[in-house]
Amino acid sequence: MINISNVGRRYGTFVALEDIDLQIKAGEFFSLLGPSGCGKTTLLRLIGGFDVPSSGSISIDGAPMSGVPANHRPTNMVFQSYAIFPHLNVAENVAFGLNILNLTKAEKQARVDEALSRVRLVGLGSRMGSQLSGGQRQRVALARALVMKPKVLLLDEPLSALDKKLREEMQVELRQLQQDIGITFVLVTHDQYEALAMSDRIAVMFDGKIAQIAKPQEIYQNPTSRRVADFLGGMNFLETANMRLLGENVVADVAGFGTIANKRRGDEMIDPAKATLGIRPERLRIQWEDEKAKNEISGKVLSRHYFGEVTNLVVQVEGQPRPLSVVETNDFGADGIPVGSLVRIAYDEDAFVLMKE
Amino acid sequence: MSTSPARKILWAYVVLYIVILYFPVVLLPIFSFNDSATPTFPLKGFTFKWYEGLIGNETMLKAARNSLIVGSVASVGSTILGICAARAITRYRFRGKSAASGLIMAPLFLPEIIIAISLLVVLLGIGANLSLTTVMLGHLLICLPYSVTVLVSGFEGFDPSLEEAAQDLGAKPLRVLRLVTLPILAPAILSSLLVAFTISLDEFILAFFLSGSEPTLPVYIWGQLRFAAKLPNVLALGSLLIAASLILLTTAEIMRRRAERRLAGR
Repeated sequence: MINISNVGRRYGTFVALEDIDLQIKAGEFFSLLGPSGCGKTTLLRLIGGFDVPSSGSISIDGAPMSGVPANHRPTNMVFQSYAIFPHLNVAENVAFGLNILNLTKAEKQARVDEALSRVRLVGLGSRMGSQLSGGQRQRVALARALVMKPKVLLLDEPLSALDKKLREEMQVELRQLQQDIGITFVLVTHDQYEALAMSDRIAVMFDGKIAQIAKPQEIYQNPTSRRVADFLGGMNFLETANMRLLGENVVADVAGFGTIANKRRGDEMIDPAKATLGIRPERLRIQWEDEKAKNEISGKVLSRHYFGEVTNLVVQVEGQPRPLSVVETNDFGADGIPVGSLVRIAYDEDAFVLMKE
Repeated sequence: MSTSPARKILWAYVVLYIVILYFPVVLLPIFSFNDSATPTFPLKGFTFKWYEGLIGNETMLKAARNSLIVGSVASVGSTILGICAARAITRYRFRGKSAASGLIMAPLFLPEIIIAISLLVVLLGIGANLSLTTVMLGHLLICLPYSVTVLVSGFEGFDPSLEEAAQDLGAKPLRVLRLVTLPILAPAILSSLLVAFTISLDEFILAFFLSGSEPTLPVYIWGQLRFAAKLPNVLALGSLLIAASLILLTTAEIMRRRAERRLAGR
């Protein structure tokens, strides 16, 4: 659907994007995830035709986009600021693009009504943009883009201006909407939970380059680099010694844990000199006194950080230079495990994550 | 209300300030209806004859027409150029940007008489005939800084993604300009037109140097002041100008506020 090959973008000496190769499939919800300044918005603007690549090419639905301005591309964009025309009301905003097409009044009206009902804004057509709440403005921007029936909808941090509760509701709603209409969505976000919750696939970007492209589960469970792992949720990077290839496995001596074998995926090349082993905090389980697990380590609680649903414990495990972060569920009583206690922590053998770099 | 000494002094200051500022302006219409050839108290009686005297005054009417033409051209011109300059200044980064905006603003700080003489020397040097066109050029030069100032603040409150959104929805650049940029900038554009027109209308020095044989109204008025007998006519003309300015300013301000309200959606 969208074929981005070898795309680069330079501003003077500043390299915003470098060697971007990316194929986005038809009907896919694809997210570009990364910290601010990683080039994700630049890439979105290149797809939308608001900027031109310094090198490489982009094609959409088989048609090369070089020299095609934004107004002739089969894409529509939901802007971060929503860009609601302040001098027009909601219905006029939604009809803006339709006025350029040759439609009868009735057809136009029908499409505006359909778009407004899709984003649940029926009855607000005569409101001015400034009379709307943030969530409603976001819906107007969405309706205004969708009414054009684009092949690709581009979304530039569409939820970043909303408060947490509304943002979570809109994540579900956007995903549902995308499933209903079945067109390709390309979302730019710096919020890993947003990307994980909504996308079919995610491209994680750092410093103008794509670090990893994968499905949400894959990218969370098998990040290829320390950086990706660190950006998507918490990760305990473990101190290892004598990492080596052993048949299908990568084996390492992990202080406190013993010898850990990690199966290699596919024919992936792993350089033991560069690879890192890690474990997610939620894969480390605090044990009740009467519990006994096959794999256990012990440590001392250094501090605790309460988040409501869960509490994050920082535990010093013998042998590991850095304390580990462990998720404690709230079933350890109201006060949880006090700082200074000695705890036993269970883990599964398959919980370790091997990162190439 | 408290009547502390400080408050009394402040009140006295305010009254004095207003009297000094506006009393002479109020005198103008008063004497313009006074049945006397000299503007002195006591008033002699009520008359329309000074106004009647203006009606048949071809030279005066021509000067007024000249002023209107120059004012219109200068205000429209400086607003169009101002839109281009303000857009460039607020939207783009380019080499020599601060130099360019500095040069646009320069006429604001240079003595007008210096600008007038320099322009005269240059225009005569290139063999141009002094006419209304040369006055227009001069006025364009001094109106531009005001237009740019007003329009830059208009553009600063203008989200660039609004134009991108319009383009994204299929609009060609001209359509974007017509349907999005201009309507949203309407209050700033109106202010710019108004400010430039008012400046051009009562500008004297440049017009005096550059108008040749086609005087604008201020130049005509200045000429009339040499004849004491014409003074009451000048007073009548001045009163009309004040009335016209008031009407113009009020309508423009009402229009501007209406446009702003519409944008704010109130």
